[in-house]
Amino acid sequence: MATTTHAPPARPPATTTDRRRRIAARPAAWVVWGVVIFFFLNLLGVVASVLVSSFGRRWFDTWLPDGYTTSWYARAWDEFALLQVIVVTLEVSVLVVGLSLVIGVPAAYALARRSFPGKRLIFLVFLLPILMPPITYGIPLATVLYKFGLAGHMSGVVLANLVPSVPFVILTMTPFIEQIDPRIESAARMCGAGLRTVFLRVLTPLLVPGILASAILVLVRTVGMFELTFLTAGPDSQTLVVALYYSMSASGIRAQQSVDAMAVIYTSMMLVLLVVALRYVNPTQLVAQVKDEPEH
Amino acid sequence: MSAFSQLRLDGVSRRFGGQAALTELDLTIEAGEFIALLGPSGCGKSTALNCLAGLLPLTAGSIWQDERRIDTLPPERRGFGMVFQSYALFPHLTVRANIAFGLRMRRLPKEETRRRTEEAVRLVRLEDHVDKLPGQLSGGQQQRVAIARAVVFEPSLVLMDEPLSNLDAKLRLEMRTEIRRLHQSLGLTTVYVTHDQEEALSLADRLVVLREGRVQQIGSPRELHTRPANWHVADFMGYRNLWRGQVEQVDGARATVESSGHRLLGEVVGSLQTRADAVVAVRPEDIRVDGPGETRNAMSATVEVVEYQGRELAAEARTDTGLVLHLRTEQRIAAGDQVKLAVDPQRLLVYPADASAATDRQPDASGAAR
Amino acid sequence: MSGAGPGRPLAHWRHRLAERGVDRQLWLLVPALVFVIALFLYPFFYGLTLSFQPTRGGPFSDYARFFSDSYERGTIWITLRIALPAALLNVLAAVPIAYRMRGRFRGKRLVTTLLVVPITLGTVLTAQGLLNFLGPTGWFNRILLASNLVDEPVRLTHNYWGVFFSLVITGFPFAFLLVLSYLSGIDPTLERAAATLGADWRRRFTRITLPLLMPGLATTFCLTFVLAFSVFPSAVLVGNPAGETRVISLAAYQAAYEQYDYPYASAIAMIMGFVELVIIAVVLAARSRFYTGSTGGKG
Repeated sequence: MATTTHAPPARPPATTTDRRRRIAARPAAWVVWGVVIFFFLNLLGVVASVLVSSFGRRWFDTWLPDGYTTSWYARAWDEFALLQVIVVTLEVSVLVVGLSLVIGVPAAYALARRSFPGKRLIFLVFLLPILMPPITYGIPLATVLYKFGLAGHMSGVVLANLVPSVPFVILTMTPFIEQIDPRIESAARMCGAGLRTVFLRVLTPLLVPGILASAILVLVRTVGMFELTFLTAGPDSQTLVVALYYSMSASGIRAQQSVDAMAVIYTSMMLVLLVVALRYVNPTQLVAQVKDEPEH
Repeated sequence: MSAFSQLRLDGVSRRFGGQAALTELDLTIEAGEFIALLGPSGCGKSTALNCLAGLLPLTAGSIWQDERRIDTLPPERRGFGMVFQSYALFPHLTVRANIAFGLRMRRLPKEETRRRTEEAVRLVRLEDHVDKLPGQLSGGQQQRVAIARAVVFEPSLVLMDEPLSNLDAKLRLEMRTEIRRLHQSLGLTTVYVTHDQEEALSLADRLVVLREGRVQQIGSPRELHTRPANWHVADFMGYRNLWRGQVEQVDGARATVESSGHRLLGEVVGSLQTRADAVVAVRPEDIRVDGPGETRNAMSATVEVVEYQGRELAAEARTDTGLVLHLRTEQRIAAGDQVKLAVDPQRLLVYPADASAATDRQPDASGAAR
Repeated sequence: MSGAGPGRPLAHWRHRLAERGVDRQLWLLVPALVFVIALFLYPFFYGLTLSFQPTRGGPFSDYARFFSDSYERGTIWITLRIALPAALLNVLAAVPIAYRMRGRFRGKRLVTTLLVVPITLGTVLTAQGLLNFLGPTGWFNRILLASNLVDEPVRLTHNYWGVFFSLVITGFPFAFLLVLSYLSGIDPTLERAAATLGADWRRRFTRITLPLLMPGLATTFCLTFVLAFSVFPSAVLVGNPAGETRVISLAAYQAAYEQYDYPYASAIAMIMGFVELVIIAVVLAARSRFYTGSTGGKG
């Protein structure tokens, strides 16, 4: 969920004062590290139990399954029509990323560069979809989309996912645009370039890192977005996370392990995205972009 | 290229949400002129330049290039070149591509683009750096690229926005000469914005001094240097001694002013009446120390602070009545010395004080305005 | 101002607009504005109007229905009972840990990267993992049993605790990363200055760092709370959706997709938004009492 911090650069290396504090506060340090390790152990347990279970032949009241197999994956693949689900997931994500960039980047530009009456109000309107829980606006949104016959298939899923994505692009792009000297654009115009040329020949190349970062962020969020997709998807427009939810809530019908297998597929997809994402953005950016100057 | 014989600014004004940044600028620029817009920061000089460039829409007035109105045109269709304070080079393009950018935008034939780019590169002596990115160049080299980029398409007018202020002192002097040389050899028409009076005086044919968005004076460097139109301009043109006083007597072009117990005789600039409040302006270098025979405007003072400035000393002295004087001298003086000071009445200017108390820097009676 | 000619009224308008900073570039905003109006504001107000047009009764009868039925009304309390402690715990636990880790050390990037994992995985997958891990035969209970801490498995899933843990697993890293970035936005020389003035680490923290951090903590709390408040999948999957974890978003969902009563669902969604905004408004009002300017860091 939401909202930005341009993660500030790391602090300079520890100084003598820091070192002294560390020694003085030894027991506190142990407690802190203990909590962190405990948290990670549990996290590991959560992820590993899904992973182990998905490869286990049978796993009842024991520490580990009594045998290993990969057959659950094949089963999950067929039972849940995973190929189609993954294709849908990719299609939705690519469309959402593309559209939100096309809509969001120009708006981010106008907001970063200009001041005009009502700017704060407009900023607030763009901020709202990020601040509100998806379920709150998702239900009226889904109702409207159904009314116009847009929900229940892919267009509804894409439209609904755009609602938080466009503001997200605006928020991530604004600092990137702000750090480009506006004089560079002025210089291009003085050289005879029109607005369109300035955008295509000067701004776009300079904004590539920002565009990549916000594209990857939107991608991760769209693949992981449950609520909005859940409310607007029809039977053939489910993304992986929604399909996973359905298979879980229908557990009992299907073997636990094949649900786990599906969860592992989802996890590995997310991890691949994560590895890619971390090449372009830092971890903090991935979760939150809190930009808390202008609108307060 | 659309050359013109005259560019006319007609009541050009710019307001920002009720705040006036530039008020009714009237100025006619003749082809081939070098004009400097001069003033302290916030005086509206950069606003004026941006309005002229088309980067900032006007809120009143118009701009005419001969008989063609151009203030409604976007910047890219005015055909002016511009050099920015921060250089504003395209960081993703090489030096060559930066310089060629304007020619590309004009869709000139490849061969001509190449030829004219080479020419411009030679002109600013960057032959060895054409394939580098701007980030790999020094400040002075970046500045040369910026200038080459602005002049390569032979613009009818070149605008320069404090182009030297990011350079160190030595480079600044070199580039100053370079800019004047280019202006002459290419036959450019240049409008140059700066806050540095020395730079403006040395470069320009005509200076426009602005203050709080209004033109204070337009004139040749000589006029500006010797006869500032009011005490604000004098302040800006290096008249560091500004003393408040009262007119005792006006005698044609001369007046006698009483300031902190001193009776000072000087040249009247503007209109003054007896008993009016006045401001007396003197340059530090016009105060003579222990001058033989000079008896007019003589004062005795104690030297308080001395700064070594090479051939000269800059010093601050205080008279018995508390008047503070800034002076420059080649004589060896030291803090604590008693000195006799004098000012030639021709070099002592007397201005009417403004009625408005709103100005933030009224010189006060003791002369310690700075 | 001579001879402005026929272009005059046009130029006049342009001048008026230019003074207010309006010109052609603002067209760039239009697509995003149209979009946000059509897909966010319009549905929102559509939902709002719909909530006043119930299938039965007067304009307020759906709201009356919600508040008169203790099963429905109770969802607000249930949601708050899960979301507030979870958000509070996440933020409070994040502060000392982030304070300790704000310096540079080996493996910092690894730690932050690992922390991002549960957030990216999302609540659905976390729920699945928790079911396996915390279940009666899961590793967690096995360890407790094996170390003789308990005699029989502790029930940690399909109840309040399951949902709570899922909110901690996803919410804590979120709060931690935010607090960490706020902390690194505070100029470290401020603390060093305090040290030269004789403050020990405890007082440096409480007198300098904490007051500067408070606005950031308030924002973090709001965002973490929003996440926790809209808890939906985990309430169904690891909670007890018919009883103690029947959260308000679930009530809204059931009204819309099980009873097909869209006006009623909209009414619940509006109530949900309202309750959330009240909490956030309270926190932000408290936040405004602190210094919120620059903290000298390079953030």
